[in-house]
Amino acid sequence: MNSEFPNKQNFTKESLKKQFRLSEFLAEKIISSVAFLSIAIIVLIFVFVFKESLPIFNFGTSEKAKTEMEAAPDSGAKPESYGSEPTEELKPETYGSEPVANEELKPETYGSEPVTNEDLKPETYGSEPVTNEDLKPETYGDVKAEPTVAASSDEMKEVVGSNNEGADKTWSTFFTTEWVPVSEHPRFGLIALLIGTLKVTIIAMLIAGPIAILAAIYTSCFASKRAKEIIKPIIEMLAAFPSVVIGFFALMVLATFFQDVFGYESRLNAFIGGVAMALAAIPIIYTISEDALSAIPKTFTEASLALGASKWQTAFFVILPAATPGIFAALLLGVGRVFGETMIALMATGNAALLSANPFESVRTFAATIGSEMAETVFGETHYSVLFFIGSLLFIFSFALNAVAEFYVKGKLIKKFQGK
Amino acid sequence: MKDIKIHVNDLSLYYGEKKALKEISMQIPANKVTALIGPSGCGKSTFLRCINRMNDLIPDVKITGEMLVEGVDIYDKNVDVVNIRKKIGMVFQKSNPFPKSIYENIAYGPKINGIKNKTELDEIVETSLRKAAIWDEIKDRLDDSALGLSGGQQQRLCIARTLAVSPDIILMDEPASALDPISTSKIEELVHELKEQYTIIIVTHNMQQAARTSDYTAFFYLGELIEMGKTNAIFTKPEQKQTEDYITGRFG
Ligand SMILES: Nc1ncnc2c1ncn2[C@@H]1O[C@H](COP(=O)(O)OP(=O)(O)OP(=O)(O)O)[C@@H](O)[C@H]1O
Ligand SMILES: [Mg+2]
Repeated sequence: MNSEFPNKQNFTKESLKKQFRLSEFLAEKIISSVAFLSIAIIVLIFVFVFKESLPIFNFGTSEKAKTEMEAAPDSGAKPESYGSEPTEELKPETYGSEPVANEELKPETYGSEPVTNEDLKPETYGSEPVTNEDLKPETYGDVKAEPTVAASSDEMKEVVGSNNEGADKTWSTFFTTEWVPVSEHPRFGLIALLIGTLKVTIIAMLIAGPIAILAAIYTSCFASKRAKEIIKPIIEMLAAFPSVVIGFFALMVLATFFQDVFGYESRLNAFIGGVAMALAAIPIIYTISEDALSAIPKTFTEASLALGASKWQTAFFVILPAATPGIFAALLLGVGRVFGETMIALMATGNAALLSANPFESVRTFAATIGSEMAETVFGETHYSVLFFIGSLLFIFSFALNAVAEFYVKGKLIKKFQGK
Repeated sequence: MKDIKIHVNDLSLYYGEKKALKEISMQIPANKVTALIGPSGCGKSTFLRCINRMNDLIPDVKITGEMLVEGVDIYDKNVDVVNIRKKIGMVFQKSNPFPKSIYENIAYGPKINGIKNKTELDEIVETSLRKAAIWDEIKDRLDDSALGLSGGQQQRLCIARTLAVSPDIILMDEPASALDPISTSKIEELVHELKEQYTIIIVTHNMQQAARTSDYTAFFYLGELIEMGKTNAIFTKPEQKQTEDYITGRFG
């Protein structure tokens, strides 16, 4: 214990006594609580998103909700004021006005003073029953100003009423192909959005997957050390490229270029969206594939070359199969990126929920739908809930994708390429 | 030494500035086992890797001199390195089976040589595994991953993999260094049987192993070939003092 070794009796009960290491203990606790916190936050985000979509599942209570809303004295102005009504269902969205009773929701309140309806009016986002059937949810400003509070109130009451009445109908419209959220008879056909999302994802992955993986194989197996040192950081830098810039590039440059090449009709379409998203996904897929390929021990390369295999054969028959799990993970991350990409989808896909197999038609993706319409929905309205439902769907899809990949495909792939 | 497989003339190798092999000249007889011995870092592996041009993989390697295999200089510009390696197989010090099934490990070499026929492949896999004395142990688990085998089995699998491409020359870099005595003796027996058909060059740190398995022995020291001769002669009455010191363990 001390430098002079006064007694050699090191193995006494005293010296071997259990020690309490405070700093290690604290560090361990902090690390684990941060880890748990982050897991909890992810779960909470999902719970929040899903909870907002709950009203569309409310078959039995929709009637009650409606009456409750109508019974409230100032129900008419409700949709404009972000959560000032006393209904239970709507409380979580309160963005900060009324003195709410439930304490646990407080953190979400964004303001404090008990504002009146008049104060909130400037926030009206156009809640009157506009009859734009023509899929123009992006229009932020074509609302006719309301002359009086009363008029808007009355109209809103009708809308809210009819929407809630249609709650059970909302379900049946999910499986139709029309996405007409803002109308007297709103239809929330998710099929067109689903097909649109899949179309863009598939196009993007068909472009990004091969390019990124081939580039990764090139850098890890063929490129000289110097070329690798230059190429890798550059592509990795692209991963941090803001998607709005890529979207802009697609909108201004790619769209025109490809229209000239292919001569299709709509300038912005699934193909352009796919190409732009491939640009966003390539660096991710490349980086992770390259790491996976470079992590394959050099001894495999040597063994293969010593058997008289060419570099090419070694890369494709030994290194690539050995790196399958990593490359698979890379592709999954790419899919996740494309699937949830909002800005590029908004800017480059044309945003029309058309149902067609043609890759050169405009499409609208789930993420873009949320991104473009969330700002103009009315809190608590069916449209609002449906958007959150789509959000949950995105969550569930990527979760399911990863789960399937993890437990099924990956195991099979590994077995196929690497023996049992 | 009537039947010479490999003539080495004044071969030198530089790792950058460092000269790792110094004017090596030797003749390696066909269908015999030649052992390379010498202290660590003396250039045995480097020399072995020159024979199938594995050193090409290392940047900044410069080689001068001649390496004639059956009269052909393998460092000639017109020689294809892939074809060289098909004829000159190599077993590495550390067993390195591919992360594939046992069957695929063996079939890989023949497959890249263009053999597609399943029955033919099956046959090659079986004979290779039999030659490497591992067939009986693993014939029921050919579809299992090769990584699940024991170290000794993996090394014999690697030997079988090398045999499957039917090379003329087999280079072995300390093939038994990480193995238990039983696996080691199996590999030694194997080497003994294989020399009927192949020319074998084996690097070893184990003097008994060199004495038991080889017909010829070459002693390297600090990148130089000190002495080469019949194993009997080297181990009983070496000509050089350094050789004697090394073999008897009096090395400083
Ligand atoms: N890739 C390399 N780059 C630079 N120097 C190297 C390289 N490989 C080997 N050397 C050097 O060349 C010399 C010979 O190495 P080599 O591996 O041939 O020795 P060895 O006789 O096989 O030793 P051991 O018995 O320990 O395997 C050593 O001094 C080593 O440091
Ligand atoms: Mg060595």
